[in-house]
Amino acid sequence: MAAISREEVAHLARLSRLAVTEEELDRFAGQLEVILQAVARVGEVAAADIPPTSHSVPLTNVFRDDVVRPGLGPDEALSGAPDAAQSRFRVPRILDEEE
Amino acid sequence: MVIETTAVELGRRLAAREVSAVEVARAFLDRIGAVDERVHAFLHVDAEGALAAAAAVDEARARGDRLGPLAGVPVAVKDVMATRGVPTTCGSKILEGWRPPYDATVVERMRAAGLVILGKTNMDEFAMGSSTEYSAYGPTRNPWDLERIPGGSGGGSAAAVAAYSAPLAIGTDTGGSIRQPGAVTGTVGAKPTYGGTSRYGLVAFSSSLDTPGPCARTVEDAAQLHAVIAGHDPRDSTSIDAAPPDVVGAARRGAEGDLSGVTLGLVKEFGGEGAEPGVVAAFRDGVEALVKLGAEVVEVSCPHFEYALPAYYLIAPSECSSNLARFDGVRYGLRVGDDGTRALEEVMSLTREAGFGPEVKRRIMLGTYALSSGYYDAYYGQAQKVRTLLSRDFLRAFERVDVLVSPTTPFVAFPFGSRTSDPYQMYLADLYTIPTNLYGGPAISVPCGLSEGLPVGFQVMAPTMADDRMYRVAAALESTQAPLTPPAL
Repeated sequence: MAAISREEVAHLARLSRLAVTEEELDRFAGQLEVILQAVARVGEVAAADIPPTSHSVPLTNVFRDDVVRPGLGPDEALSGAPDAAQSRFRVPRILDEEE
Repeated sequence: MVIETTAVELGRRLAAREVSAVEVARAFLDRIGAVDERVHAFLHVDAEGALAAAAAVDEARARGDRLGPLAGVPVAVKDVMATRGVPTTCGSKILEGWRPPYDATVVERMRAAGLVILGKTNMDEFAMGSSTEYSAYGPTRNPWDLERIPGGSGGGSAAAVAAYSAPLAIGTDTGGSIRQPGAVTGTVGAKPTYGGTSRYGLVAFSSSLDTPGPCARTVEDAAQLHAVIAGHDPRDSTSIDAAPPDVVGAARRGAEGDLSGVTLGLVKEFGGEGAEPGVVAAFRDGVEALVKLGAEVVEVSCPHFEYALPAYYLIAPSECSSNLARFDGVRYGLRVGDDGTRALEEVMSLTREAGFGPEVKRRIMLGTYALSSGYYDAYYGQAQKVRTLLSRDFLRAFERVDVLVSPTTPFVAFPFGSRTSDPYQMYLADLYTIPTNLYGGPAISVPCGLSEGLPVGFQVMAPTMADDRMYRVAAALESTQAPLTPPAL
């Protein structure tokens, strides 16, 4: 377990939406290899029948009353947007030209 | 001198009108002006906002309003917390220039209590790191030795307090980011019970672990700030709906120096190997001092603690890879490469590549790996099971002892650059702090002497919602220690 190839790192970068450079790929592959070897030690623990803990507070489905409360107006909500138009977030095109 | 006064004493002098809130704010702003070019604890100083808030407290007091014990006392806020209209970068280029349209609950509560926010403090990018060397805006320097790290991720908050640039500060602790900076700067840092302080308005890193808490120069000061920010918040679904423990009363009781009837647990698995000899020696002196106050000491075994670091470095990166997906160049922050020809996904990838630093990229990819099908069960799933076993270790230990104690971090402040080339060497700084985060209980770091002329931190870990217990023991230890004063800046 825990050998990671340069190709796998390139795949992870794509999944993570990171346009990493060739130089970064080399560096990250080596570093992730070291880290993965260290963290793979969790596999030494016999835990087949143990329930997982996702959260230390045992809470599920917290409800509140459906009361109208003040929220952000469009100007405030858009105040940090890199680009906005007509009270909306403007985004680059989503589809490729040919689609 | 105002800047060297504790928060509790400042609050008393303000209430007695021996000094005004504006005078106090000015004193700290002057101090920041004088030393922060060298320390670099702050990313943003909000002089105008601080003076306006201070003036409002003075007016309220003149009107005869009932004010809390910290009204008019300044505080510095880690840049991970949303502050309305005040830049919030999280130490990242991807949020450069962002001014949140709302306040975090912790910030809102401090404002309501009359605390005066001086500005935002430096941190490792998105709170990932143990030295502030991963801040996109350059590191903070340790007031004890400007060539050494102040700890991280909340090195800015701890250094601001250690440098007398603020009497109090807010940090967040996901794996030790309040306690380890406290330890290496000779200050107090407390991580409350998870869910005891609200995460609303905190830029999320690892949501099942992130916990806001206080930084201060004394245990009682930390407790006072803790009391202001603690308590149920309907806007945070993991907030605990119960009355917070009386941490201020516990700190005062502890300061009386009687620990008879209190049992301390030494974790066998922490052993001492991996820690610097000077740190171990200072810690042992601390334990001895507590025994002299009447505490009993027993050794307890927590067999899964040795897997805490590996489990943490699967769980936290997994949650981070999901949480940081929101930085997509659409709603806030940086956008790169939007020249009209590129599609959204390409702009997103270029934005994230340019906006995130190397440690953040490493953790996002590590988390993506741990969560991917085929690896999920062996990594993330297994880490969550280890988390269960480790929490059971805590519960079993607390059947026998009131608190667990350990050094806060294995080593004193290290020189810049000594742990950045091998990321795992940096992770080891959190060896003793991480178990608590996985379990969810409270823990505090309190100064405990020096090793090689640099501060050592003593950690007290308590059961969930028994935050008062750790304050009592920490205050008792503090009462046995000579105050630590860093060299003049």
